[in-house]
Order: sequence, then C-alpha cells, then structure tokens
Amino acid sequence: MDIHEYQAKKILSEFGVSIPRGGIAYSPENAEFKAREIGGSQWVVKAQVHSGARGKAGGIILCKNELEVAQAADKLLGKKLVTNQTGPAGKIINRVYIEEATQIEKELYLGLVFDRGSECIMVVASTEGGMSVEEISKEKPESIIRSKIEVAVGMQEFQAREIAFGLGIEPKLISRTAEAIIGCYRIFSELDATMVEINPLVISTDHHVLALDCKMSFDNNALFRRNNVSELRDKSQENESEVYAADRGLNYVGLDGNIGNIINGAGLAMASMDMIKLAGGEPANFLDVGGGATPEKIVKAFKLISSDKKVKVILVNIFAGINRCDWVAEGIVLALQKIKIDMPLVIRLAGTNVEEGNKILKKSGINYIAATTLEEAANKAVEALKKLKIN
Amino acid sequence: MSILIDKDTKIIVQGFTGKIGSFHASEMIKYGTNVVGGVTPGKGGQTHLGLPVFNTVKEAVHQTEATTSILFVPPAFAADSAMEAADAGIKVCVAITDGIPSHDMIRVKRYMRRYSKKDKMTLIGPNCAGVISPGKAMLGIMPGHIYLEGSVGVVGRSGTLGYEAAQQMKNLGVGISTSVGIGGDPINGSSFRDILEKFESDNDTKVILMIGEIGGPQEVEAGKFAKENMTKPVIAYIAGLTAPKGRVMGHAGAIVSAYGESAVEKVELLKECGVKISKNPSVMGETVKEILGGSK
Repeated sequence: MDIHEYQAKKILSEFGVSIPRGGIAYSPENAEFKAREIGGSQWVVKAQVHSGARGKAGGIILCKNELEVAQAADKLLGKKLVTNQTGPAGKIINRVYIEEATQIEKELYLGLVFDRGSECIMVVASTEGGMSVEEISKEKPESIIRSKIEVAVGMQEFQAREIAFGLGIEPKLISRTAEAIIGCYRIFSELDATMVEINPLVISTDHHVLALDCKMSFDNNALFRRNNVSELRDKSQENESEVYAADRGLNYVGLDGNIGNIINGAGLAMASMDMIKLAGGEPANFLDVGGGATPEKIVKAFKLISSDKKVKVILVNIFAGINRCDWVAEGIVLALQKIKIDMPLVIRLAGTNVEEGNKILKKSGINYIAATTLEEAANKAVEALKKLKIN
Repeated sequence: MSILIDKDTKIIVQGFTGKIGSFHASEMIKYGTNVVGGVTPGKGGQTHLGLPVFNTVKEAVHQTEATTSILFVPPAFAADSAMEAADAGIKVCVAITDGIPSHDMIRVKRYMRRYSKKDKMTLIGPNCAGVISPGKAMLGIMPGHIYLEGSVGVVGRSGTLGYEAAQQMKNLGVGISTSVGIGGDPINGSSFRDILEKFESDNDTKVILMIGEIGGPQEVEAGKFAKENMTKPVIAYIAGLTAPKGRVMGHAGAIVSAYGESAVEKVELLKECGVKISKNPSVMGETVKEILGGSK
C-alpha cells in the first residue's frame, strides 16, 4: 500500500527525521491561510497524488507570495495529474501540501528496500539526489552506496555513520544525517514497510538535514497489525477496478489489451496471458479468482471483466483440483444466468472431472467456444477477436 | 527414492482442527500419507480424524516421532508456528499459508540460522501448494490424482500452473519423482536452488522441470547453480511475459523491480546457463518428455 507525501512526512517527523514546515490544504483559501501560518517568504505547493515525478508533470509549484499560493492550489485541486508513473488516466488531486521553500546546498538520495537475494534490508544512498534511483544507477552508478542491514540486530550507528561519511557530509552534520538514516530504518522495520525513500534528502544552506520529498509503501499482508498505517489508505489514488476486485477477494491488474481473462491461480493466470500474447493477442487484464474458483468468485469476476469497455473477448481458464470441474462448470453456468455476456466466450476447463464439467457446460445451452488445452484456448480467443474485427 | 517425503515419513498437521487443516489433512490421509497427529494449542488431548491432537509441536514430536509438518495456520500466527516447528526438531515443514508479512518471514529465516546444518529444518513455502511424491505421500493441497509416479523432479512457485504441468505430463505418460511448490512470496523458506540441489542428489530423479515467474533473483541463481553443479538436465518455463513493470501479479513476489527480473530477461539468463526452455506453458509436458527421452 502506498501513502501520500504529507502522510509519509508526518511519519518521518515522528521518527525524528526533520522535514520543512508545512501543512495540508483542501482549497485555495485554505492554502493561503496555511502559507501565512507557516510563515517565510517562499512556498512550494505540491499536488498530493500517489506518484513520483510530480515536478516534471507540473504538480509542484514554487510561489513567492500568498496570492500565488492560492492560485497554485486553485490550479491543482480537483485536476488529474498525469506523470510518467500514473499512466495516461492520471490521478486526482484532492489535496495540496504547502511547504516553506528550502534553500538547498546539497541534494542526496536515500532509499530502503528489501533485498530479496540476501533477505536483508538494503539501504541505498547517493550524492545524486533529485534523480530517480533508476536514473542514478544508469548515469552515476559510482555514486551509489549500498549497506545491508541484518534485521535480527537492526541498524547500528556505525553503519549509518559510514553511509553519511560516504555521502561526503560535513563533520558537524554527520550525526544529524545518521539519525535521519536510522529513523528511516526504524520506520521500515517497525511499521512493516516495503519501501522508504527520501529523494531528495537535502542539506540546506542554513545547515539542516531535511527530507524534501518522501515515498513509503507498506506490506499489505501486515496491515492487519498496523492500524495507524492502514487508515492512511486513499482509494481515490487506486485504479477503480482494482479496488472493486480487491474488496471482493479477487486479484486484478488492468492492462491495455482486449482479451479479458478469468483464471484461477496467479501462475496459471500469467501463463494464460503469455499464451494469449504468443497467439498474437493482448490480454486486457490479469485476474486470479483464487485457487478454489468458487461460483461466487466466478460471478464477481464476470461482472468485473464484462464492465471493462476494452474487453471484446473473454477467456476463462480454470484448473480444477480439489474443487472438481463439474462444480466449477455449475458456477460458470450460474454466473452466466446472472450476467448477460454478449461477446465471444472461450472456456477451457482442466483437471478433476473435466468430462463432467464440459457436459454441464454443453447441456446448459450457454453460447461459448470450448477448448481443451491452454494453447487451443488462447488461439481460439484470438481467432474470435479477428472474426469480430472482420465483421 | 524421492525428495523431502516418502511413504514412511511421519507427518503432523499444525492448525489441524481448523476447517482448512481438517479438509486437507483428510485428503492427505486418503492419498496414503502417514499423518500421525496434529497440533492446535488448547485442544491437546482431543482426537481429530482419529488421530491425537497436541498443544505444542514438541509434545507431538515427542509422542509420535514425527519429522515433518504441514502448516495451515492463519497468516498472523504462521511465522510463530514455523519457528515452533524448527525448535521442536521438525526436519521438513511445509507452510501453505498465504499472506504472511515479509518482515515475519525474514524473522523466521534468521531464527532458523541458530541451528547447525544437521539440525536445521527445511522450510518449504509459504503461499505454496506443498510437496507430493506421487504414489508415496502428499504434503499439500494439490489434487493427488493428476500426478503420475516417475522420474521428473518438478519445482515451481505457482500451485495451479504446477497442476497444469503435472496434468500435461500425465497425459503424455510422464511421471514425477517429487513435485515441490516453493510458493509465490518474496521471502520464502527454500529457493529454486535449494530444491535443485536436492533433486541432483536423488537417484530417482532424471530431469528437473523448474516453473518460475517474474520477480526476484531465484530462478537465475538456480540456473547458475545448475550450470556449475548439476549433471541432470534442467528445463524451465518462466511465466509473466505480459506483466507490466512494477506491478504485483497476484503473488506478492511476482513483481519486476530490477534488471533480470522480467520473464524475457530471466529466459535469456537461463539459456546462458544451459537451461532448456519450454517455449510456452502449453508445451511444458512435451518439452520434458523430449529431454527425458534423450537423457535415458
């Protein structure tokens, strides 16, 4: 789960990492008032959306007086911000963050992630703050400092100091920088984060160590024990279909193609999408209804897929193990009685009691194209699509 | 022979009396698996499915001499149960549970480091379908009847894609020595490499089918291991050709975040290691049959 910058900054300050003075605003008047409250002579107005690269997309505006702050807020609020990470649809700006402008002397990068190879928490730092970590590793790989932290004992002060010295921080700011690094480590380990990134972490001209922008992601599997984190969820920043699916126990990822698919199991779903691609088609989605593929889930899956306007053909591929094909077939028939599907439907069942399952489908009178193998199913879905285009 | 389990392996079920644990325990028993009891804290002394229930794993091991366990414990408590099994002297533990926090899994793996190699538990999973040695024993949630007994070792992340492979192989008359699901989580108990190593030293396994997917370094690491240390042919299929970068595809671990983690890159890197590639998921069985024919 991702959170907003202002939420991440609040967490940072709770863990002893300094941030510039700032506040959240929901209207231009509100923004102007906040700017006065914060004080100073320059402010940045920052669109709060779940995405990086907001600056390049016009989502961060530098303002020289309170009026400009109000105008900037007016320009951003209620609009959709399209960045290179949001996709063409963009993400709605429901609030802006007003922050005092910082005079920057040095911009650094600091990120913490899981390293799956060593199964440690990896701290990544660089003197080239302000660029994305991908850009840094391409353009300035020599500037990157990596430090593996053993989770059983946690981060030691010397490790944080080493990173700070590695970043070329002046001696009197070393301990402040090390504290910031340790603060991030504590957030990562104490709040079940999967990513904490401060980019840039800056040294200001008046010698403060400040987090200017921050991104955090948290382990969805751990939200049950992190109430304070889970309440930061903002569904307006997530894909509507994905939220719908997740709330119904389905695993869905929207894609750009036009062959919708309903599959049980994540691996089989990816494999079926691969087959669609190899057959010359493009999948419209990833959808895992769960290993069990219960009738209820199949009904919900049909609802979800048929509501996607891109979808022209639906491919159902269920491997029934413990839950037999006849039972799955009954679920499909039941679903199709509830939802009218007026597009070609390819169904492939495999596994336990496959003959009985196919009999039930045939007898039901539903209009579908039967397939026996994974390859045949994908080929038939692509053929059906081609026929549609010809007609 | 087979790896991890055979017909004599004494097995206990952790989370025995719950709905899911009960259902799959009875399936395992029907298959002929030597289930000797189970653990549910607070229900010790009861009998369930005709078998004794214990409060702790230690007690269960002491009374039944079980060496192996399977875990159907809810995600919030699963890590604790895995560590309890390790401490009680269980040698192989299969964690079926989906949804264990990553931080918990890292803690489990650190906890297990305290044991010497000889006493260390092999943890399989979590978020997996389990292990089956066809015709001998089933320690998981798979449909046992789709597996034919034979000489192909199978290791994969996904449950249903593993079933697909087993079914394809059965249709072609190709059997399996042991099939191991290592699960779809980013931090797991045993890696592809760990399982390849076991198959390499198993006399009954002639070739290995590795069913991988996008995300993480494990498939490529296994490929390098195969190149340097294995005599048996390894065949691989990597799912997720169409997966967009940075998105989680169902399995928590199925996310492309670095170079070498996409399906195309993994296939390239595996080819460099001499691993044979099944060109699509529909021909996993055929590809295995072809290589198996050549290896005899």
